[in-house]
Amino acid sequence: MAELEPRTDGGLEWTYAPAPESRAIVSFEERYGLYIGGETIEPRSGEWFTSISPASEEPLAEVAQAGPEDVDAAVGAARSGFAAWSELRPAERAKYLFRIARIIQERSRELAVAESLDGGKPIKESRDVDLPLAAAHFFYHAGWADKLEYAFPNRRPQPLGVAAQIIPWNFPLLMLAWKVAPALACGNSVVLKPAETTPLTALLFADVCRQAELPAGAVNIITGDGSTGAELVRHAGIDKVAFTGSTEVGKAIQRELAGRGVPHTLELGGKAANIVFEDCALDQAIEGIVNGIYFNQGHVCCAGSRLLVQESILEPLLGKLRNRLSTLRLGDPLDKNTDIGAINSRAQLDRITELVASGEAEGAELYQPACELPERGFWFPPTVFTNVAQSFRIAQEEIFGPVLSVMTFRTPAEAVDKANNTAYGLSAGVWTEKGSRILWMADRLRAGVVWANTFNRFDPASPFGGYKESGFGREGGRHGLEAYLRFEG
Amino acid sequence: MEQATTPARTVEPFEPRLTRIGAVDAVALEARAADLAKRSIKRGSKLEALDLIVRMIDLTTLEGADTPGKVAALCAKAMRPDPVDTSVPSVAAVCIYPTLAGEARRRVDGSGVHVASVATAFPSGQSPIAIKVAEARAAVELGADEVDMVIDRGAFLSGRHAEVFDQIVKVREACGPAHLKVILETGELGTYDAVRRASLLAMAAGADFIKTSTGKISPAATLPVTLCMLEAIRDVHVETGRVVGMKPAGGIRHSKQAIQYLCVLHETLGRDWLTPQRFRFGASSLLNDVLMQIRTQKTGVYESPDRFTVD
Repeated sequence: MAELEPRTDGGLEWTYAPAPESRAIVSFEERYGLYIGGETIEPRSGEWFTSISPASEEPLAEVAQAGPEDVDAAVGAARSGFAAWSELRPAERAKYLFRIARIIQERSRELAVAESLDGGKPIKESRDVDLPLAAAHFFYHAGWADKLEYAFPNRRPQPLGVAAQIIPWNFPLLMLAWKVAPALACGNSVVLKPAETTPLTALLFADVCRQAELPAGAVNIITGDGSTGAELVRHAGIDKVAFTGSTEVGKAIQRELAGRGVPHTLELGGKAANIVFEDCALDQAIEGIVNGIYFNQGHVCCAGSRLLVQESILEPLLGKLRNRLSTLRLGDPLDKNTDIGAINSRAQLDRITELVASGEAEGAELYQPACELPERGFWFPPTVFTNVAQSFRIAQEEIFGPVLSVMTFRTPAEAVDKANNTAYGLSAGVWTEKGSRILWMADRLRAGVVWANTFNRFDPASPFGGYKESGFGREGGRHGLEAYLRFEG
Repeated sequence: MEQATTPARTVEPFEPRLTRIGAVDAVALEARAADLAKRSIKRGSKLEALDLIVRMIDLTTLEGADTPGKVAALCAKAMRPDPVDTSVPSVAAVCIYPTLAGEARRRVDGSGVHVASVATAFPSGQSPIAIKVAEARAAVELGADEVDMVIDRGAFLSGRHAEVFDQIVKVREACGPAHLKVILETGELGTYDAVRRASLLAMAAGADFIKTSTGKISPAATLPVTLCMLEAIRDVHVETGRVVGMKPAGGIRHSKQAIQYLCVLHETLGRDWLTPQRFRFGASSLLNDVLMQIRTQKTGVYESPDRFTVD
């Protein structure tokens, strides 16, 4: 199947005028200290760093670099916070969580603009995905707070204590919600360390906690680079570690925690297979492929980065995919019509660039639609590799960028073999109109989530987590509560 | 059952297409349409869109009470929608019942506005084929240069697809040089799979346009059903090179809605289809809302609806 023919009879050349969401709704402070024990305090380390907008490289605010003394202070505050928070009647805890959820909804435009400014993701995603889901996680867990006895009958669930939580830069506020909401619902206190490149919405969340009059010390937020996270995990006063990030750091955390008896859950990398059968609804599968890999510039641990296509429909599928890529709008994250925003950081852009070069060197065929990149900031065009062999680095390593590797299969069994042939196992997608095949595939795919005829769909009631080097433990649903409880029964 | 004949304008028989009909996933289709509906069209882009929407309108009256006087007023509005602002273009066509085609032809002749007549026992399509063919032929003889026929949904829903195909072919022949729009009445087809099947069938039988609805039943045109039909048009174009137009009709009353349709069109079929030769809106009250928005874009103020003629 060929692409559409060039225009023949003078249709209107229609371009969309800029439609930027106003950034006036957010006013960042010049400097953000650490949020410890309900107060904002200057870091004892005396060090600060700057958070920039990846779309323009302009500085947005200065943020504290928490050192060992600061980590110690935060854990101490969380310890005293735990005493008060865990003694509250569960229905009272629920009340605070509901309050936080409502404040997030009320301030959602402000938080969405802040998220897009600090992280580079398109405003339509932060507005329509990140913020509604973040609020939903607090609402959902507020509902559980006084029903834990029913979630785990006869097991007498108890909170663990101080939860150390380290979150990534791809969904800053949403990952905060995934971590903080269940921890608080179960009666734990929290020390949260947001990612170095995207600390600002977590710091605005500190203000949400203040506004909700959350008891002091229940939530503490410390900013910094990887060394702050390492210091937090090393601290003897923590009772639980929850980490979302790279497999490499996840392994380091596991090494550090070995023998210490601190329960931990890790949600790590992925290299998901999106499997398209010849009997699928093809136009909708194309949307699922695009959403699977270009959503949030591919900065998604469960991204559908390996496209497995039944060989009989490879050509029509690629024709449609190329057409579709030509309509993607890359640019200003705050423009309401932007589909693809900025790459989160220079370091990530370098990594994507390096892996894409390796794909070309190994002999894969590269396709990118005609696409103008802004001069300033970090950008990468949507990319498709065909003629990819299972042995290429781009088929094995997590790229965490808008880069799709296309491979083919002939039979369902071969699709399963290829999909499972990875060190990871976070998610998978299956596209077919045949219900029995969906179930057959889901039984055999070793992935924490298997989506059928959709991709990248999240719900607080649905547990999320990995197999193999994608980590362990579940977040969301009743399963997710278990990670923040111990059982006396 | 009679065999389908292959008229000159039919590019390919229906049979070889059967394996490629494929499927439509309702959830994902509706999600995509909802996503495109969120495009934010501002300033110059909006004015360009509004001007194009006027040029794409088939200004419609299909009432039992229609009279030559009513049609005369409609034709005047069609040719000069905004007497105050002469830069506003004419609409694409007036859409009327066959008995009024002659009156419409006399009124619009030479203006560039087309005369579209419904035919084939509109809106139900439940008449013998000989009568439907005769009606289409009569509409053209009376002055219609576009014929909007309805498919026989009774035949389609009972599985007699070849019969539907044959009927379209016969009406196609009866239309002669006139353009044929085939109304699927998607609100009666029940599923997007059926809409896609009917779209491909109509195109294979020789439709110049495929059209969602008669406007007589609800739901009429929706954004997802239009997307579904545009995707079928795209597939036929890519596979055969054949160009087929699209006409959503019924229920599109506001400029904002119409712009959403343009976004879906633009991002599905591209610039080539952003022309009245390939896309129409079947509407009546939409026109005045667009005129108001054009005035607002140009003057910066909303004017009273009383400043726009009701025809």
